[in-house]
Amino acid sequence: MSEDREAPALLGAAHTDPPEPQDAEDLFVSVACVTECPEAARLSAEDLSPGSDGHKDPDDPDDPDDLFAEATEEVSLDSPERQPILSDGPSPAITPVTPVTISPRLDVFDRSLDQDDEEEENRDTLDIQISVSDPEKVGDGMNAFMVYKVTTKTSLSIFSRDEVCVKRRFSDFLGLHSKLASKYMHMGFIVPPAPEKSIVGMTKVKVGKEDLSSVEFVEKRRSALERYLLRTVKHPALLKDPDVLQFLESSELPRAVSTQALSGAGILRMVNKAADAVNKMTIKMNESDAWFEEKQQQFENLDVQLRKLHASVESLVCHRKELSVNTAAFAKSAAMLGNSEDHTALSRALSQLAEVEEKIDQLHQEQANADFYLISELLGDYVRLITAVRGVFDQRMKTWGKWQDAQLMLQRKREAEAKLQYASKPEKLQQARDEIREWEGKVQQGERDFEQISRNIRREVGQFEKERVKDFRVVIMKYLESLVHSQQQLIKYWEAFLPEAKAIA
Amino acid sequence: MMQEGLDDGPDFLSEEDRGPRAVNVDLQTDATLQVDISDALSERDKVKFTVHTKSTLPNFKQNEFSVVRQHEEFIWLHDSFVENEEYAGYIIPPAPPRPDFDASREKLQKLGEGEGSMTKEEFTKMKQELEAEYLAIFKKTVAMHEVFLCRVAAHPVLRKDLNFHVFLEYNQDLSVRGKNKKEKLEDFFKNVVKSADGVLVAGVKDVDDFFEHEKTFLLEYHNRVKDASAKSDRKIRSHKNAADDINRIASTLYTLGTQDSTDLCKFFLKVSELFEKTRKIEARVAADEDLKLADLLKYYLRESQAAKDLLYRRGRALVDYENANKGLDKARAKNKDVLQAETTQQVCCQKFEKISESAKQELIDFKTRRVAAFRKNLVELAELELKHAKGNLQLLQSCLGVLKGDT
Repeated sequence: MSEDREAPALLGAAHTDPPEPQDAEDLFVSVACVTECPEAARLSAEDLSPGSDGHKDPDDPDDPDDLFAEATEEVSLDSPERQPILSDGPSPAITPVTPVTISPRLDVFDRSLDQDDEEEENRDTLDIQISVSDPEKVGDGMNAFMVYKVTTKTSLSIFSRDEVCVKRRFSDFLGLHSKLASKYMHMGFIVPPAPEKSIVGMTKVKVGKEDLSSVEFVEKRRSALERYLLRTVKHPALLKDPDVLQFLESSELPRAVSTQALSGAGILRMVNKAADAVNKMTIKMNESDAWFEEKQQQFENLDVQLRKLHASVESLVCHRKELSVNTAAFAKSAAMLGNSEDHTALSRALSQLAEVEEKIDQLHQEQANADFYLISELLGDYVRLITAVRGVFDQRMKTWGKWQDAQLMLQRKREAEAKLQYASKPEKLQQARDEIREWEGKVQQGERDFEQISRNIRREVGQFEKERVKDFRVVIMKYLESLVHSQQQLIKYWEAFLPEAKAIA
Repeated sequence: MMQEGLDDGPDFLSEEDRGPRAVNVDLQTDATLQVDISDALSERDKVKFTVHTKSTLPNFKQNEFSVVRQHEEFIWLHDSFVENEEYAGYIIPPAPPRPDFDASREKLQKLGEGEGSMTKEEFTKMKQELEAEYLAIFKKTVAMHEVFLCRVAAHPVLRKDLNFHVFLEYNQDLSVRGKNKKEKLEDFFKNVVKSADGVLVAGVKDVDDFFEHEKTFLLEYHNRVKDASAKSDRKIRSHKNAADDINRIASTLYTLGTQDSTDLCKFFLKVSELFEKTRKIEARVAADEDLKLADLLKYYLRESQAAKDLLYRRGRALVDYENANKGLDKARAKNKDVLQAETTQQVCCQKFEKISESAKQELIDFKTRRVAAFRKNLVELAELELKHAKGNLQLLQSCLGVLKGDT
């Protein structure tokens, strides 16, 4: 396997190569605990109430937010020379961009099981809290937009302050994602996808409809943006990315016009997407690694099932809302019936029934919200995440393709050189030999890239699965607890009603 | 795709409650005449009820006997009561509604069409659900037909009706065909005339306080029951829809559980199992609400209409009486046909007084029955809701316990 081959040889290379962040990590077996990551605050992944600020007990072994137990990193404090490498637009770059100067030495993620367990013991957490709040409408009419306050509380040293507040609009988030995707996706990193645009939703808000649906829309978006940022910073490489840091800290951000659909960059994006789709169909990869084939299949299956589940949950949310409305209508009707009933005790009982039904209607409403904000949104997020994961697998395929192309080219050059040997054209021969060397280099690079991305993907997928397990566990438990609460309330209401019904004489 | 002969034999009706399924009516059955529907058979588009009678009355040839009747024959019996002048002063027990499996049939058909788009397990599950629904509707229609017969059997006067006895005993087909188009049209016009007349009659202020109060009360009550009945139906439908969604969710979770390569697989399977069980409970809640609340309201919608009809007949008789009085005065004034006018007036007077007397008692009984039925049903509803909520709670808590223990 590729890992074995690399063992000692690349150790030296780690420091001389351009500091690609992942080069060195495979080799570090030691657990380097960071002193500047105290176990204070924790990330609250999915919170029922919009503002996330869960200060949980640090010693809680079940803490589900402890997503990066294994993410121990060494950060060189002394020289946080951040070369602001800020890509100004999407660069559909094939050549890797070197984003960070600090050389983080992330721990090995594809290690033996024993070491994994050890890591679990040394629970280290990411000390950063992000909340997105206070949506404000700026401007009027079709040019209006919503501005959100992004608050970052952290004691990590890469941030200049303990607490930062900035104002960001939706396109800023999209811009951030776009930059991160262009920088990291081709290396096999799973970049969390940004929330989706919604023309209908935003138009309503712009036009100024202050009704329930636009309020809900803004809340939905706010919550999604918060989850997006939290997921992004959970990824150790992304957390240190200067674009991310700038997004979280700097008060002014250049407007990300390239995220608009009809901009030049937008068109370029569409062209690239089309090209990618064609490539996917034409590259027929010889998969030598069963792990990848298996994983791809798994993610495909997962995609199908999650989408199905998402659709069912959305239907449930809809029907529960309907149930709430109908229960309220029935409550009113029962109250009217109670009024016209001329037997006093029965009349009173019917009014009580109406009250119970009204309370139950509230309960249904709350339950529908839980259904939605807990489960439905989580599923939606994961459907998009899985798309990103599959995209990363596609990137690997592309990298393989490039490598194969380089090999083909090398072959041709060699053949050309062989032919030239009999043609006595010394300059051309030399040129051919130079080209051969050039392409030999490219082939080597191609192979290295391919192995690099394969390694990265293995690690990323491992981490992704761990997070997935935690996310789903946490959310589903929370959801079940909300169901428990509902039933307890129901019992209370009906227990109060029963004596009233029995009192009818 | 209809189930031919969904007759499970005697077991079918031997569920929770044997004996008169008088859910909505509080009846005293006495040994002299006991009627029930002991069996029922569902065929293509009709239902055959086996009406079983036990009686010590001398009118019948035997002490115990059974006949097979269809819905149209029940309607014939009901209509014969309505058209009988002798019974004008009674609340005629409302006719049972026609067995309606259309909705269920449609759903089963849709399921058949959509068979390709779902997994085998899902399909079997949904099929079972729909069959259970069909069975529930079936039981309800049986119950409603039975209640009608029991009400008649419990009524001191109606139980002696000859048509009723023929209905119970005559073991051949009564050859009561459903009304043809012409007759249905006639009925329609009759109803139009009746409603117009009813408005006129209702306008006449009654001297008697009791009846005046009853008139106002029944009018308002009837409308509100109608509204409550419709709204409760809608609510229960939403509830069923939500339960169906949970069913689908449980299935998908199960598939996820079998496919997942991480620790989540056990998690998903457990949660899927939980949702399967809670979904069944939710479906039961909806079914019980349907039985105890929706059916109750529907029944009293029909009964309050029957009571209104009684008031109408009395009102009509009152108007006739008053007209006869006027006629008599006129005849006496002109001294022409006085005897005839006197006879007419006497007849009307007797008719009116007879109706008034029995109507008063009927309306008082109606109130007693109604209060008792509501009490019984509301208590049972609350008890069932509690039972189901507690069941749900227990399932949820035990599952949470297991899941937490696993981490």
